Amino acid sequence: MPVARMREEADSVMATMTGGAAIDVSHLRKTYGETVAVDDVSFTVGPEEIFGILGPNGAGKTTTVECVVGLRSPDSGTIRVLGLDPQRERAALHAVVGVQLQASALPAKLRVAEILDLYHSFYARPADVGELVDVLGLADKRRTYYKDLSGGQKQRLSIALALIGRPQIAVLDEMTTGLDPQARRDTWALIEAVRARGVTIVLVTHFMDEAERLCDRVALVDRGRLVALGSPSEVAEQAGGGKHVRFVPSQPFDDRLLTDLPEVRAVEHQGQHILVTGTGELVNAVILTLAGAGVAANGVTCASATLEDAFVRLTGRHLHDDGTASS
Amino acid sequence: MNTLRSLLPPQAPRAAFGALVRAEFRLAWRTPIALVVGLGISLLLLVIFGSVPVFREAQPALGGLTAFDVYVPTLIALVIATLGLLSLPGPLATYREQGILRRLSTTPIPPAWVLGAQLVVNLTLAALAVLILLVVGMAGFGVAAPNSPAGLVLAILLSFAAIFALGLCIAAVARGATMAQPIGGAAFVPLMFFAGLWLPRPDMPAALRDVSNFTPLGAAVEAIQSALQTGFPPVTSLLVLLAYAVIAWWLAVRSFRWE
Repeated sequence: MPVARMREEADSVMATMTGGAAIDVSHLRKTYGETVAVDDVSFTVGPEEIFGILGPNGAGKTTTVECVVGLRSPDSGTIRVLGLDPQRERAALHAVVGVQLQASALPAKLRVAEILDLYHSFYARPADVGELVDVLGLADKRRTYYKDLSGGQKQRLSIALALIGRPQIAVLDEMTTGLDPQARRDTWALIEAVRARGVTIVLVTHFMDEAERLCDRVALVDRGRLVALGSPSEVAEQAGGGKHVRFVPSQPFDDRLLTDLPEVRAVEHQGQHILVTGTGELVNAVILTLAGAGVAANGVTCASATLEDAFVRLTGRHLHDDGTASS
Repeated sequence: MNTLRSLLPPQAPRAAFGALVRAEFRLAWRTPIALVVGLGISLLLLVIFGSVPVFREAQPALGGLTAFDVYVPTLIALVIATLGLLSLPGPLATYREQGILRRLSTTPIPPAWVLGAQLVVNLTLAALAVLILLVVGMAGFGVAAPNSPAGLVLAILLSFAAIFALGLCIAAVARGATMAQPIGGAAFVPLMFFAGLWLPRPDMPAALRDVSNFTPLGAAVEAIQSALQTGFPPVTSLLVLLAYAVIAWWLAVRSFRWE
């Protein structure tokens, strides 16, 4: 049987066993002495999804993914990754899951190409080193010692090593920390390209814009607990931010025209402007309904709550770019 | 479940062990402190002692041996101890401290392969260093060909096993290189004392020499000296080395940590 066919079959067997989920975390709890790092966290990650674990430093994000990839054993709760138990089937897991970790390093006096070749040898069906190096902009650094790389270059090499085994799942912990804005955008494009090849991606980040831009779904965690779960826009709305549409009507109309719509929560008059708050396809619903009643909406502006708003509402604190949170 | 397992891609390919060994050889070559110190000091002492005429006169107090004859086994022990106690624990402890072991622990590589690669590299370097020492000693300084070549090989192999296992114990408990070095040094000095580096074993009081016989490097020197000059090493010295090797190995494997 050809390898590709075997792999498809293995994938489909896995998918049936795990109810279609690539990762299934249920009631995970992990303590370090007195400190509860992760408390009753549950989520599933679907195949080929980009899933974000989002929250401030010390929220328990890294502990969660360390349990998922088998580096730490949970105090309680169960984890299945492609149907495998990360504790008991660590080696099998690491053959199919690529990991980029914080606080990990490579030997100072090895060159980039040597490190890539070394990690290339660890996997049965590795990716092409040349292609990986080109995509990550490391082609002219192949002869450079690891210790002589800049922070951003080390980060990109680390991402390359997470992908070199052609994993079915890639777990990337704070992958764009220390990258300049251009490199961040390049990395985002790379992640989308990797997903397009059928890889499931778990992204740990404290950057709200990164999660909003890349993730299909996010888990918002704070102080070890899951505070919200869903697509970035769902989470933003869940947190009560909702969407806003502001316009000037061409003629007066009865507010009930809009308040009767399921998408609309409130209608407010601000001088000649009208501010409508609601959820879902709010803009379409408002404008189509008004048009049906012969009213034109002029000077329309729209805004939706962001993940950042959601975080503030759910935790009462602001999340800063360096990953700290404050009231 | 078995069908499923067979459908999964195989875990780390065998070739990965070779790649790990190659990487470790590169690193050892690029930071050759251990090799230079271990081999350099031994060769230097060999040249110095071998060049002083009085050391090459047979002395009745040493049973008709020259002072130089007495030193050659101690120098071999010095090479083994430098590589096993000072050089072997360093990289592993550094790897742990810097998170290099942590990174490796997320690959399909079995932990034993990382240990194995370190051992292969350090054993190769140690064997090379001992060989050079013997060849230089015989060719340039009149060291006699070993009386019992098989005994010499056995004595040196067991010495490697005992000392390298002790080195692994240090690597197992040391959090980082800054801790591994003092521990290695603290073990190195007394062990080398009993190996006769400062006070040659034949000059030691009988009681001290008895103690020396039961230390790893004392037993190593006793066995190597015997193989070089008189014949097959005393069985007790070989058993002492074997016991150290087995116990230290067991301890090292039991207590080894990846983070």
